[in-house]
Amino acid sequence: MLNFTIRRLLFTIPTLLLISLIIFLLLDLAPNDPTGNLPLTIPAEVREQIRKALGLGDPIYVRYYRWLVQFFVNEPLNLLGEWTHSCIGDCENRLRVTSWATRSPVVDLIAERMPQTLWVVGLSYVVGILIAVPIGVYSAYRQYSWFDQLGTFISMIGFSVPTFFTGVLMIVIFSVQLRWFPSIYDTTLRVTDWSSLGAQIRQMAMPVFVLALYNAAQISRFMRASMLDNLNQDYVRTARAKGLNERVVVLVHVLRNSLIPVVTVIALGVPQVFGGAIITEQVFKVNGLGQLLIIGIQGADIPLVQTLTFIFAVLIVLFNLIADILYGILDPRIRYD
Amino acid sequence: MPDGAISDLVPILDVKGLKTVFSTRSGEVHAVNSVSFDLAPGELLGVVGESGSGKSVTMMSLIGLLPQPPAEIRDGSVIFEGHDILQMSADDLRDIRGREIGFVFQDPMTSLNPVFTIGFQIMEPLRRHMGMNRAAARERAIELLELVGISDPGPRLSDYPHQFSGGMRQRVMIAIALACDPKVLIADEPTTALDVTIQAQILELVRDLRQKLGMGIIWITHDLGVIAGIADRVMVMYGGQVVEQAPVHELFSNPRHPYTRALLETLPSIAGGRSKRLRTIEGQPPALSAQPTSCPFRARCAHAMAVCAQKNPPIERLAHRHDVACFWSPDNADNAGEADA
Ligand SMILES: Nc1ncnc2c1ncn2[C@@H]1O[C@H](COP(=O)(O)OP(=O)(O)OP(=O)(O)O)[C@@H](O)[C@H]1O
Ligand SMILES: [Mg+2]
Repeated sequence: MLNFTIRRLLFTIPTLLLISLIIFLLLDLAPNDPTGNLPLTIPAEVREQIRKALGLGDPIYVRYYRWLVQFFVNEPLNLLGEWTHSCIGDCENRLRVTSWATRSPVVDLIAERMPQTLWVVGLSYVVGILIAVPIGVYSAYRQYSWFDQLGTFISMIGFSVPTFFTGVLMIVIFSVQLRWFPSIYDTTLRVTDWSSLGAQIRQMAMPVFVLALYNAAQISRFMRASMLDNLNQDYVRTARAKGLNERVVVLVHVLRNSLIPVVTVIALGVPQVFGGAIITEQVFKVNGLGQLLIIGIQGADIPLVQTLTFIFAVLIVLFNLIADILYGILDPRIRYD
Repeated sequence: MPDGAISDLVPILDVKGLKTVFSTRSGEVHAVNSVSFDLAPGELLGVVGESGSGKSVTMMSLIGLLPQPPAEIRDGSVIFEGHDILQMSADDLRDIRGREIGFVFQDPMTSLNPVFTIGFQIMEPLRRHMGMNRAAARERAIELLELVGISDPGPRLSDYPHQFSGGMRQRVMIAIALACDPKVLIADEPTTALDVTIQAQILELVRDLRQKLGMGIIWITHDLGVIAGIADRVMVMYGGQVVEQAPVHELFSNPRHPYTRALLETLPSIAGGRSKRLRTIEGQPPALSAQPTSCPFRARCAHAMAVCAQKNPPIERLAHRHDVACFWSPDNADNAGEADA
């Protein structure tokens, strides 16, 4: 297993390099102009100078190399320096990946936005899983019961109605009509006491609910299908023939087998959590990573878009690996060495 | 064990009029039709019959192992130690399954849970029924694996089913079924997946255990040779019914039902020499879409009469412990016509 993991990790290096190159080339091909959003009164020569200053005059391989060094060498060194409160090498003059729009380091921007995304989107994924697994297990065990039918109906809705619709609907009902929850997420809110904690929970409630419903709809379907596959297996009959309680039969024997594919689906879904929340973050005005990406795209902020997209790619590759490893851990029949 | 001794004992398992019906999309399947039989302590009852004759469904019905729905037990009683299993609460039934009645299933490749170790799966019933702690259960599990002939059992407890061969898995299944010293063992074709040597070893083991533990055994098989070797009594099933039932010598020397006779003729005999060709039973097994109103074997029967189409022959006792369900009798049959049949 360790061998397998190391081999796979090494293999991710060329994969990620290739991905970063493709992203870089695609963004370069796109008809983008970082000065496009500037006032029209600025003359063409000045615009040209601005482009030069941003390094756009250099050939493409120079720019790509620069980004590589900045992202893979300078940023990690900088991070290390910050953690250890020391200066590693030429820390003053080291070039970092810098946003064209704000002139601040992209990584700092991302670090600023990360907590909101993790709290809202991450929590909604966890809530979604916690709802979905028991529902999936019970609907499969009582297939075609009213509970199962209701679950199928709700998850069909959760699955097919887009989050921007449920989100807006929730805002209209709970913010505008009932005034229970705020419609805009306030990032400046600091949790210091009970009342601010209450406010934080209230402003998280709707986006978390909307995303959790969407996630739970998918995962509960997987869980149900996987349980149904296993409930008819011969080993379940053996477990019953041993005189085990239904609880043990279902929650130990069947669940353990059914979780194998579901866990991998959950792991593979994690990177999508970050990307897929873009819309919900817009709807609820949560200034997380999704929103940052949209701002970057609108402002033709290539370094920001490049870095964010690449980080999503890293997450996808990483969680693919994690899914494979989990599979090997959960299923003794799979041996990677 | 001699016949006389067994037949005098009070049966440990007494099945009467068992009827099991499956509801499927294409209608009902009457898989078990009024099956009655009993089993004495220490007796080995062999069950034979072609594929689809309802052997497995009968045995699973009687300890409530069929998922309901689609299965439904319409009628019958299964008396085990004075209590009707079919009327028991689910909890009481669970105390009997695995503890008093052990079950070995037909398919060893899929009957073990792939994600738990063999040790865990053997120890489960021990901890559930015997209240053993981990250490005691482990000790007993090692003992059981030794009993079924798995060498070096200690380390093997932490192996997973896929690390065992088919034959070894079948032995593990037998070990699980025997774990709590049950009074009845139901073995559904436990040796069909095994090669002949292993099969012989398992048969030897069963013979041994029966003597040691005095356990009643129901042994389902297609192999009449095995039946001849180990059974005390034989039950022949056809189309979800018991068509003949007799002590083993009686059945082999004096088969009454045309199906039993045909079945015995399919046996290659060593004594009979080479000239005799292996025989097969012509025709298809009956459709089970309704309760039988005529003899289910009549379409394939050489002795079918008018009455066979009018009603289903009831099972009747002919001689001492020899039951048969047939209107025809070999005694008053035309012997000239029989010679080449
Ligand atoms: N779940 C089910 N739904 C519908 N019909 C079923 C079901 N299980 C079994 N049957 C039917 O019941 C009949 C008896 O099947 P059973 O498995 O008892 O046969 P068997 O005698 O054990 O055969 P084999 O020797 O092949 O194991 C068959 O006709 C089969 O099609
Ligand atoms: Mg069978």
